[in-house]
Formats: sequence, C-alpha cells, structure tokens
Amino acid sequence: MPTSPKTIIFSALLLIGVPALAATPGPARVKELTHFVRQECGFCHGLHLTGGLGSSLTPAALRDKPTEPLVAATLYGIPGTAMPGWAPFLSVEDANWIVMNLKKGFPQ
Amino acid sequence: MSTSARALASCALTTLKRGAAMCCLCALPALAVDLMPTGDLGLVVERASGSLLQVNTSRHAILRRIEGLGDLSHASLVFSRDERFAFVFGRDGGLTKIDMLTGAIIKRVIQSGNSIGGAISQDGRIVAAANYTPGGVKFFDADSLELLAEVPTDSKVVGLEDSTDNRFAFSLWENARGEGEIWVADLSENPRAPRITKFPNIGKQPYDALISPDGRWYVAGLFGEKGVAVLDMWHPERGVKRALPDYGKTDPKLPVYKMPHLETWAMVGNLAFIPGVGRHEVVIVDVSTWQQVGTIPVAGQPVFVIARPDGRHLWVNFAFPHYDTVQVIDVEARQIIKTLQPGKAVLHMEFTPRGEQVWLSVRDSNRVEIYDTRTQTKRTELPAQAPSGIFFTPRAHRFGL
Repeated sequence: MPTSPKTIIFSALLLIGVPALAATPGPARVKELTHFVRQECGFCHGLHLTGGLGSSLTPAALRDKPTEPLVAATLYGIPGTAMPGWAPFLSVEDANWIVMNLKKGFPQ
Repeated sequence: MSTSARALASCALTTLKRGAAMCCLCALPALAVDLMPTGDLGLVVERASGSLLQVNTSRHAILRRIEGLGDLSHASLVFSRDERFAFVFGRDGGLTKIDMLTGAIIKRVIQSGNSIGGAISQDGRIVAAANYTPGGVKFFDADSLELLAEVPTDSKVVGLEDSTDNRFAFSLWENARGEGEIWVADLSENPRAPRITKFPNIGKQPYDALISPDGRWYVAGLFGEKGVAVLDMWHPERGVKRALPDYGKTDPKLPVYKMPHLETWAMVGNLAFIPGVGRHEVVIVDVSTWQQVGTIPVAGQPVFVIARPDGRHLWVNFAFPHYDTVQVIDVEARQIIKTLQPGKAVLHMEFTPRGEQVWLSVRDSNRVEIYDTRTQTKRTELPAQAPSGIFFTPRAHRFGL
C-alpha cells in the first residue's frame, strides 16, 4: 500500500515524540494562541469554530479524532486541501495545546 | 439626539397638544436640517461582537452601533438599489435587513446553518444567499425576506455574484465527485422558479469568484489546480473556458494562510490586477486575451487588490503574517509608491465613491483608519471593535458588490 503524505507526517511526528514532550505554553503565550485560533483559524473555520470553508473544530466534531494527526495537520497542513501548515509560527507545544483545547471546548 | 431632532420632537408634542395647524410651519425647517442622504453612509462589520458601525464618509463620523446580528465573522452585505436598506449575511446563516436611515433591524431570518455571502438582483427585488451547510443558494424577496426559491447543492457554495437580467452565478467548491462546478440561476421570468444552467467539471476547488464591473465575465479562481474558470454571461451557451494556465498555487512549500479575495478584481482598461495565490505578487492579466502579461512583487500574499475608482493606483493588503502592511501601486509605472504599516491585521479597504479617501479596518488595533489617497497619508481614525468588512452605500449601483 502506498504511504500517504498524512502517514509520513504522522510517523515523523511520532518519531519526534510530540505527545510525550508536549509542555504547556505559559499564560502570555496561551493568550496569543487563543487570539490566533479565534482570528486566523477563524477565517476558514469560523470565529466560533463551527466550520466554514474549513471543517468544524468543535468538541463534538473532534471527539472521535485522535490528537496526533490533528497536531500534525495544524503544523504541516493537509495536502490536497486548503489547510496550510502553521509550523513557521507554532511550536509543537503550541499545536498540541491548541488541539487539546479544541477538543475540550476552546477558550474565548 | 441632535438639537434639531429635539426641536422636532418637542414641536411634534406641541402639535399633538394644539392641533395640526402649526405643524408644517415648525416641522419643515427642522426636518430639512436633519435629512440624511444615504450616499454618504456605510457600515463597518465588527466581527467579534456581532455588531455594525454605521458611518458617514463625508463627516468621518460614527453615527451609531447596530447590535444583535449574530456571528459576523467573514460577514458581508449588499445594499438595496435605493441605498435605503442593507442586507447582512452572517456566518451563522442569519440574513438581516437594516434601515440605513434609522439604524433599525427591519427583519432578521436564520436562513441556513452556515453561510458565506450574498448578492442582490439587478432590479433590486431579490436577495440571494450562498450557503455552506447545507450547501446551496436561497433567494428571498427583498421587501419581506420571504423565501422565494431554494437551489440545493451537494457542495459548499462560493463566489455568488449578481449579473445582468436578474441572473446570478455561483460556484460549487467540491461536489460529491470532488469536482468544482459553476451554476447560473436565471430569475428573470419567475423568481419563484429559477432556471438553472449547470457547468460541471470546471476545475478543482473554485474558492471565490468575481463578476467584471459590466456584469459580463464571471471568473472563478481555482485552489486545487492552476488557472481560472471563465464564463461569458453574454454567451453562457459557449460554456466555461479555462484561462491563465500558469496562474495559481504553484509551490507546495508556500502555504496559503488566507484565501485571496476575487470579488473586487481591480480592472483598469484591459488589464486586471489580481492577487497571486500563495505568492508575494500581484498578477497582471490582459482580459482581452486572458493572458498573464506581468507581475508586480509585493510585501506578502495579497488578499485584496483594489483599484482606486479612477484606476490610477492599486491598494493591496496581505495575509498573515504580513497583514500589518498595505502597499500602494502606481498602475502606469507598475511600481510600489508607498508602503504603509497601519497596524496588525488590516482586513479590508473601501474607497469613497470617487476615491479621494480610502478606509482601512485594522482589526487588532480596534480602529478604522481613513487615508487621503492623493498623498497616501492618514487623515484620521475612528474606534471600532475588531473591524473587518467596510461597505459604503454606492456599492448598491454596481454588479458583484
């Protein structure tokens, strides 16, 4: 079976051990990330993250999706879709924090 | 309340007490002072708070804040042909009719779960809304907001534009087979029974579209592959043609952080100036041949490339992370003549009708900045909460806006 780009990214991410290493961003960074997700991600996913050109990012929509591929998508994008990779602006810890909080219900 | 309005109110009371005889004598002069022509008016979307600021472009004044419009992220609006009313399309599927004279919400309907934009027919009687979830286009009576007709699709609808003869064109982002389509809805005969012409397989992922200022050319940008899809609204029977084979996303290493907007493709003579997708350039297209004839390097990925109404200058804003910058291009010289840094997140630019001013929304600085376009210097600024789209009433008289 051919290896999909997603699988490669996922594997790469596993190699660098995202979930294990993920530290929590400090309060100032959390504030920046919250604004970043609401505003920049909100262009496509909606200010309330209920979806738009991009998919819905509500807890209900993400409930059955494992964390790691979501972190990978945040950092490296999803090939063949309009989702860009945000790795130039987000650390692995940032992306992990974003995904965990999207799953919980993202802060205002 | 202004002094004259107060005078008018007290006059009305007096009139009620004393009978109607005095009414004309006292009311007319006061009324004349307070009449408000709509040609000076506009609305600024405050995206986070679900409100609109009503502004006056001659006085550089905020007249009022209109609240209670739901989710206005990526909201857009159109004006009735008499500039009296605005129809606001919210992300949450809300369609709200606002009276520009009083600021009152006349009517509000939730017409869909997730909406992205709308248009108004040439005769001003039909308002159309493009929806993501469920996908499709709905047509409403502009007076009552009664639903006239519904055109369901199996895809998110993007790039809904009004054209001549009460026709609308729109694009399907991705149908069940993963293809983009363009549909034309003709409401000229019966607004309750639109005649639909479908153009399948026009390219991958049309993400936005524009109609040329004369209402003739419908052009959809493609995200999933290179090129644009072009439909001649004079001759839809000739079908959708592909053009600009080299235009589009070229480098997978250049992610597109915000989809460029095509709605207001700047057209000057035969030349159209369009945002490069994922590239730090403005692309010049000769629309008589639909060939790319040049590029102008700019500071980031352009979002809006807007021509000053006289066509001499282009104002360009950019996607994250260069969205603190605005550049002004001289069209004759094809060169940047000014680089401005108004503040973080310049989301939108709107010219006054003849273009002596341009208003910029600076989202993260919570203000609207007003520039003199001759000198490209700031005249003044107005406070606004996370402003995004700016819409001035003369849009009422143009196709595709």
